[in-house]
Amino acid sequence: MRWIVAIALPALLPLVAGEYYINLASQIVIFAVFAASINLLLGYGGLPTLGHAAYLGIAAYVSALLQLKLGFGHWMAAPIAVLATTLMGGAFGLIALRATGLGFLMLTLALSQVLWGTAYRWVSMTDGDNGLRGLARPAPFGLDLNQAMPFYYFALLIGVVSIWLMARFVNSPFGATLKGARDQPRRMSALGYDVWLIRWIAFVYASFWGAVSGLLFVYYHKYIHPVSLSLANSAEGLLAVIAGGSGTLAGPLVGAAIVLLLKNWASAYIERWNMLLGFVFVFIVVFMPEGVVPGVQRLWKRFVSRT
Amino acid sequence: MEALRIQNLKKAFGGLPAIADVSLSVQAGERRLIIGPNGAGKTTLFNLLTGDLPRDAGSIELFGAEVARLATHRRVHLGLARTYQIITLFPNDTLEHNVALSLLGLSRTRWNTFGRLPESFYREAHAVLARVGLETVAKRPIAEVAYGEKRRVEIAMALAQKPRLLLLDEPLAGLSREERAQVKSLIGAIPRETTVVMIEHDMDTALDMAERITVLHYGRVIVEGTRAEVVADPKTREVYLGH
Repeated sequence: MRWIVAIALPALLPLVAGEYYINLASQIVIFAVFAASINLLLGYGGLPTLGHAAYLGIAAYVSALLQLKLGFGHWMAAPIAVLATTLMGGAFGLIALRATGLGFLMLTLALSQVLWGTAYRWVSMTDGDNGLRGLARPAPFGLDLNQAMPFYYFALLIGVVSIWLMARFVNSPFGATLKGARDQPRRMSALGYDVWLIRWIAFVYASFWGAVSGLLFVYYHKYIHPVSLSLANSAEGLLAVIAGGSGTLAGPLVGAAIVLLLKNWASAYIERWNMLLGFVFVFIVVFMPEGVVPGVQRLWKRFVSRT
Repeated sequence: MEALRIQNLKKAFGGLPAIADVSLSVQAGERRLIIGPNGAGKTTLFNLLTGDLPRDAGSIELFGAEVARLATHRRVHLGLARTYQIITLFPNDTLEHNVALSLLGLSRTRWNTFGRLPESFYREAHAVLARVGLETVAKRPIAEVAYGEKRRVEIAMALAQKPRLLLLDEPLAGLSREERAQVKSLIGAIPRETTVVMIEHDMDTALDMAERITVLHYGRVIVEGTRAEVVADPKTREVYLGH
């Protein structure tokens, strides 16, 4: 029932909202997939990453470069981009998972900064600070996605499937082992689990979904710039997860909505919207340190028990 | 057949030898007690056997297979299980989920990334919890049960894996007299297919449970033998009994 409501409400949005809000909703869906992929690592694996934008950005760049430089169509470019990014995630995981905690955080940050710097400096390939332009949206089965509404439904479909598959993943036996490795890694080893391998698989899986969000990102914007690989982008994803509630399925979705609504909507009315974003995060951390979704659930339970 | 054979095992922390030179052998099906004063190296020895700590030198054979270079989880798949001196459970999960995780650790199902954890794991976990007298609280989170019950969950998780060699690190620590009796009878009921090596401080209780006893002192085996031999040995009296 919850799933039906969660899908039906966004599906009805274009019936009541204008083009601006439909486009904003598309961005929220894309960012929600990105945040949910970070949540696999942070919330379920206990692995705080500050480099997840690398997967979003690389998938977007690979897809764009395959189209622009080699003339590939979307049906070829998309799977190659996702595969290449996931393989890169596998290689990065071998490096980053030599540490946990702050060490892991720093390694993921360092790896993504290497890519960000490369995207900036390798001008002949990426056009540097100008970014790659002239990209087209795909037209699956001849469906034109250049209008706001069809693209929104396309993004929503991919988003729902992505979130559903991530939900299956975390609720699977493997998901139970991932949570166990987060809570008691030493005990998990003593129970016969290869904790490192569990984390690496989760890392690769998260990079795969990061790549999917990157494809949606480049399809939406029809443009890719090195900033998509930046620390700021990774940090925004991480903040969305923390604000919404890490280790919950709905948390990253709510967090993504909070971040993008503040960025896009509030910035239209408030000049110093960054300050507002900061205040909102401070408010969440002070009053709902576990995040908005678990926090609201806690307050609701308290309200119900009183009444 | 030897369940465990350790030869010239050594481990030092920053130049301080915790296990100076230990060699010992435990026969399959045996109940072995390891005693020694604080700092003797008992828990360090367990950590070396499980692979929680890497050894500096020496060999560890488990049922004839050299395991000193193997990772902890690989030793578990060869039939090694342990409990911890400091309770190490999953506090937010139910008792049955804790035991189910233990069962899952040796099953290929643990790699399933799409389905649900099969109900059979919970049924089996329930049966194991019934063996340790905890079936009535199986659905309660670990955080909500008493310390003595947590100790029994520790043992249940180890027993669930049907180990060939079980290492019990102070299983009676912190328990009331009644709880000690429960855990003692639980350990007494472990089938002979499982070799048991136990560290215990409570001499009165532990000495009845062991067939052979090893006394460690400053990381060395100073006495080994039956209960009568160990108690009669002046070195035991000197280092452990205090007179």
